[in-house]
Amino acid sequence: MQKTDTQPATLEQAKELGLLESEFEQIKEILGRTPNFTETCIYSAMWSEHCSYKNSIKYLKTLPRDGAHMLVKAGEENAGLVDIGNGLACAFKIESHNHPSALEPYQGAATGVGGINRDIFTMGARPVAQLNSLRFGNIDSDRTKWLLKGVTKGIGDYGNAFGIPTVGGEVFFDESFNTNPLVNAFSAGIMKVGGTISATSYGEGNPVFIVGSATGKDGILGASFASKDITEDSVNDLPAVQVGDPFQEKLLLEATLELAKTDAIVGMQDMGAAGITCSTSEMSGKEGFGMDVWLDKVPTRQDNMKPFEILCSESQERMLVVVHKGKEQVVQDIFDKWDLNCVQIGVVTKGGILNYYMYDELVASTPAEPLVLGGGAPVYDREFKEPAYYQEYKKFDLNTVQEPTDYKEVAMQLIQLPNVASKRFVYEQYDSMVGTVNMSTNNPSDAALVNVKGTDTALAMTVDCNSRYVHADPVKGTEIAVSEAARNIVCSGGIPSAITNCLNFGNPYNPESYWQFVGAIKGMGNACRKFDTPVTGGNVSFYNQTSIDGVETPVFPTPTIGMIGIVPSKDNVMSIPFKNNEDHIFLIGESKNDISSSEYLANIVGVKGSPAPAFDLDEEYQLQETIKELINNKLINAAHDCADGGLFTAVFEMAYPNAFGFEITSDSELRKDAFLFGEAQSRVVVGVSDDKLDAFVEFMAQSETAFSQLGNVTKQDVVVDEENWGNINEIKALYLTSIENKMNK
Amino acid sequence: MKFGVVTFPGSNCDEDMVYVLGTLLNQKVERLWHKDTDLKGVDVVVLPGGFSYGDYLRSGAIARFSPIMEKVIEHCNKGGYAIGVCNGFQILCESGLLPGTLLHNNNQKFICKNVYIKPESKSAAITASLDKNKGYKIPIAHGEGRYFASKEVLEELNANDQILFRYCNENGEIDPSYNPNGAEQNIAGVTNKTKNVFGMMPHPERASDEELGNIDGKAMFESIIAQLN
Repeated sequence: MQKTDTQPATLEQAKELGLLESEFEQIKEILGRTPNFTETCIYSAMWSEHCSYKNSIKYLKTLPRDGAHMLVKAGEENAGLVDIGNGLACAFKIESHNHPSALEPYQGAATGVGGINRDIFTMGARPVAQLNSLRFGNIDSDRTKWLLKGVTKGIGDYGNAFGIPTVGGEVFFDESFNTNPLVNAFSAGIMKVGGTISATSYGEGNPVFIVGSATGKDGILGASFASKDITEDSVNDLPAVQVGDPFQEKLLLEATLELAKTDAIVGMQDMGAAGITCSTSEMSGKEGFGMDVWLDKVPTRQDNMKPFEILCSESQERMLVVVHKGKEQVVQDIFDKWDLNCVQIGVVTKGGILNYYMYDELVASTPAEPLVLGGGAPVYDREFKEPAYYQEYKKFDLNTVQEPTDYKEVAMQLIQLPNVASKRFVYEQYDSMVGTVNMSTNNPSDAALVNVKGTDTALAMTVDCNSRYVHADPVKGTEIAVSEAARNIVCSGGIPSAITNCLNFGNPYNPESYWQFVGAIKGMGNACRKFDTPVTGGNVSFYNQTSIDGVETPVFPTPTIGMIGIVPSKDNVMSIPFKNNEDHIFLIGESKNDISSSEYLANIVGVKGSPAPAFDLDEEYQLQETIKELINNKLINAAHDCADGGLFTAVFEMAYPNAFGFEITSDSELRKDAFLFGEAQSRVVVGVSDDKLDAFVEFMAQSETAFSQLGNVTKQDVVVDEENWGNINEIKALYLTSIENKMNK
Repeated sequence: MKFGVVTFPGSNCDEDMVYVLGTLLNQKVERLWHKDTDLKGVDVVVLPGGFSYGDYLRSGAIARFSPIMEKVIEHCNKGGYAIGVCNGFQILCESGLLPGTLLHNNNQKFICKNVYIKPESKSAAITASLDKNKGYKIPIAHGEGRYFASKEVLEELNANDQILFRYCNENGEIDPSYNPNGAEQNIAGVTNKTKNVFGMMPHPERASDEELGNIDGKAMFESIIAQLN
């Protein structure tokens, strides 16, 4: 035992650990003395943004958190929980692993997948599907290629071995992510209603167990690391990146779910950020109980680990379990069966004090409540300021952009842009079919559809955010992110149910970054209220910026939306591909003279600054209601929303899966580039079979939503305004191989 | 007839297999645990996909030493039936029950996608009832699926009607361009000399449920059931 760890800490040490001077003073007040080094580590981890949400909670509380389907309140448990009918509930959550992935893409991404799945099964739900949302820099740079390859392999190797299918996701490239990529992992699980295991601890004398992997020196103070900027020196933080073992996670999953069926558990929490510190304090802080924890009992990978290392290690695949006294053997037997560690390391006490011992020596002691969110952790209101670019972007004038002379050439370039082209390079490395629930494999849909076996329902899930739109206009851009998620679910035959969010922003102490955050929360609230999709929880990741020579450049603000929807009947499943030659193609919603913030404008014309695309929340809501009715009345046989790449891309993506072509005519009242490539929102392309044409037109004529005929499905030729652009299979080959070719260069 | 699906630590297609055999095909299914030393009277042992024992060392290399595998080897040597899919195929090769081995895919990446395979063996129960001119759409999901065997072994496999499936296109045409992983002679699955042990990399159990829009794989289980009854 090194005495320095139990000596009073100095302000310099506290600052080194990322605490502010005022926070150090606050700790002294709470304890009535100067904390020692170990205690200072505990506060540093728990009061980091990652654990405490101290710079964001004020605004997060303004989001709608109640809804008819909600089974637990936001933030109350490890993940959100919604009722999906048939006596079943869906637990789901999204989380970031940006900072670890920036340094060590393979392990960073892998452990992100591990962490999010533990959040789901620690509640007693079996994960059924995963998605991920990724952001990288310029695809031509060697660093991006290294990051993309590492992240993809990390997600694949972990998720594939763990055995839960990766059913969907998104990948977006922009130079703002050159140094700091974003890796957001989403998981959803299914359980019986009422079968939830809580992240709670109570009952004096109840034993506390650590189960799963041994504790090592990996990821020490990772939570604090995640709460600072990525700089040239970040590579020195490498020990703060954890190492994952999907095999252990798979065993832990099976053992945990077996344990969930018994009556032995009081509560359980996985060990993610801040390891033993976070799980012991969060479980205790809720009910006013405390814990005595014997750190020397924790199984470790290395000898002579110091108390602060054991407390703050973020070694993966571990859980803290509080067990009813007398049921210890039940737990022991299950973990023995799965050959996993299972060791009692403590006991629940009265009075809310956490005491950590090392060989009978008290090495740290603090009340639990001041450590946790909603307890005594600090809450800040940061300053914010509208950045100058916001008004600049609004000055963009469409008339300054010349219309292209060769439309075919532009269209071919567009479908090969990294943000539009097929992400096959990425998703074929993920096992998307294990579990035999993925209904989108053979019939792709806008949202991933996951079969709930033995029922007539399916789950629809999607992750969405266009970072460029949010950068251009945080309020509107985030309204669009929520709307696009809902639109994807509706276009797949589902009813949007609830969201989880992953809020990736720059440094909260930068007023312009914070302005983006405040605007995004406002937009998210507006849209979530409109669609009645409450926020069940999620995660905040600040400090996503590159700091080179002291100049900070934040990434594009990215409030990723993970949305769950319910397909009430499998008859309602709707998919993207055109079904028959000569089917009619219609646009639902209105074409607009708008190319703002489109892929076309930003990456072909080369104008980086323009406002968010045309969008109106009420119009969007109306559109989605119309699509739901069209599906209920069986009037359409294919649906796909216009997103990145605009209308031409949408129609192309509907044609190529079944190797059909299409013939469409543009609207003579609009600029042709706006019609084909603009990204005005609230538009869905649908396929209508000949026998449904009259009923479809009659229905749409009565509806308040605009609609127009685009053309029809052809055998293989792609024809735009009577000009033949070639065979669908040739265009498809360009679209499928664009990213692969760039990656293999 | 009774199937027995083995669960190794790290197996992750075991429940999918139980669902297809038990729920979709109405067969009797017994769950077997890697520590079991009794096959519980099953007629057909199924080794499912996954990452048994984390696939540490080499895919399937540790699983072959598990208590249950001793019994499976005994069962097969007495003429009992066994099917291994993906990791199960790897385990059968590691155990010496099937010839050859599975190497890393030639692009060094994990690959998950639908591919087409053409049934070939006329004498193996798993292919006997299948249309020998058709390309069956079956997904693959593996990092180590490149079938490899010596020239002599390959000649023998061909001569003895031991090739179960070869990778092909949707029309059943076999060509190196339809080979997803670099397997020798586009081989996707093989059987032993006595035609009671079947191994294949593609996952027929993932193509057996109408709700997922593809039942090409169901025909392979149905062929076994028809031939063995």
